[in-house]
Amino acid sequence: MSSIETTPVPAVRKTALNAVHRQMGAKMVDFNGWDMPVEYPSSIGAGIVNEHLAVRTGVGIFDVSHMGDIRLVGPQALAAVQHISMNDASRLAIGQAQYSALLYPQGTFVDDVIVHRLGEDEYLLVINAGTREKDFNWVRDNTRQFDCSVENLSDDFTQIAIQGPKGVNVLQKLTDADLNAVKFYWVTRGSVCGLKNILIARTGYTAEDGFEIYVPADEATSARVWNEILSAGKEFGIVPCGLGSRNTLRLEGKLPLYGHEISDTINVWEAGLDRFCKMEKHNFVGRAALEKTKAEGVTRTLVGLEMAERGIARDGYKVLNGDGREIGYVTSGSPAPFLKKNIALAYVPPEFAGMGTALKVEIRGQGVGAQVVPTPFYKRPKKT
Amino acid sequence: MGYPSDRKYTKQHEWIQASGTTASVGITDHAQESLGDIVFVELPKIGADLAAGKTFGTVESVKAVSDLYAPASGTVTETNGELATSPEKVNKDPHGSWMMKITLKNPAELDALLSSADYEKFVAEEGGH
Repeated sequence: MSSIETTPVPAVRKTALNAVHRQMGAKMVDFNGWDMPVEYPSSIGAGIVNEHLAVRTGVGIFDVSHMGDIRLVGPQALAAVQHISMNDASRLAIGQAQYSALLYPQGTFVDDVIVHRLGEDEYLLVINAGTREKDFNWVRDNTRQFDCSVENLSDDFTQIAIQGPKGVNVLQKLTDADLNAVKFYWVTRGSVCGLKNILIARTGYTAEDGFEIYVPADEATSARVWNEILSAGKEFGIVPCGLGSRNTLRLEGKLPLYGHEISDTINVWEAGLDRFCKMEKHNFVGRAALEKTKAEGVTRTLVGLEMAERGIARDGYKVLNGDGREIGYVTSGSPAPFLKKNIALAYVPPEFAGMGTALKVEIRGQGVGAQVVPTPFYKRPKKT
Repeated sequence: MGYPSDRKYTKQHEWIQASGTTASVGITDHAQESLGDIVFVELPKIGADLAAGKTFGTVESVKAVSDLYAPASGTVTETNGELATSPEKVNKDPHGSWMMKITLKNPAELDALLSSADYEKFVAEEGGH
């Protein structure tokens, strides 16, 4: 591995919308080195619970510019993407996207990604904030043998997510693209707020319908687009949303978070992401190890828990069996604002993963009753 | 929201309102504001003996878990059962939502706590909202 060309990471990073968030009175937190809004004030109808409910029943808007973007272009771009990701990118039509992951040779996670096919030989990988440099270096180092360019576009875009069943109504007011023609996990281009040729993806991290748009990252443009979306969304009750509700929304939908459900020590089978891992496609980084670990079987598996007794499971809490013996740990736990239950994802040995298994979560030294339940905890209603 | 002058405050953001040897305890507006949507309040058992400065319970918002510290020593005589089912009351009316009542062991302990004016100053200096 080469360590050259690694850009130094500044102490605190800010998106182009940082001043806007502060102006709106958002509570800011350090998220993987980024100064990000965790929630907006209750005085403007926000706060984690309201933000969460707005996305489930109406529409919410998130600044997700901290996400990174890597573009691969060239005659062997597909071959490169196939080599470094576990899903089958050859199935993507131009304008289509898929959930996938970058793996280490041992079958554990570098990161999870959304792979967008933007052109005949052009792919865009959208990656996590906390792993931006690591991911880019890893992609670059592992695609050197392919005839394609690898560009880090992470600082080029302000990425705004418009999420919720009314998201389509809001964005349609601001774009000439026919959004009804864009299916979930497809992308298009169109003018947005007067800006030409903007990438519009029907994707998100909320387990809800929604869009993510990629606009130029200068502060003035970013602020204008953000504010125009808020104005256009007023009639639909749009609420600005922070990382707090982003986390509870994704947890209800069992969408993995790097460093929690997936990491460099957790493999694909343990995480239960089998359906996004196409073993039948030709070789890719991590495949050989996955073949071996699949044959061996897993020693732990990700399950959904619902608290049966009064108490809230939190990230890192121990999971105990009925006798109080430690058997696993909570990767993400929180009250679920829409479901109005206390839920958690946890790694436990497979023998404790059966639906309805009674377990305990250790909360402040006490074993509190919980039950293994089907996941995702929340599934959005099918459109009729 | 102002801080009522009929009670004392701690630097851990609890308030205590005493009348003779009985006192009510809750958390401040600043505390509820920092926590966000409160979803869970865990309070001590009736009869529990509390020492000043030691934890007596827990308050949780969607995002955070926070310990509650006893502003003064005493014995728990009552807890606010309403908060078990409606913890959001603490957000809506922090200075009206008492969490527990105690019999004070030594009412003079309150002299060491902050007045409303001092607490307000303390919160401002802490860089609060």
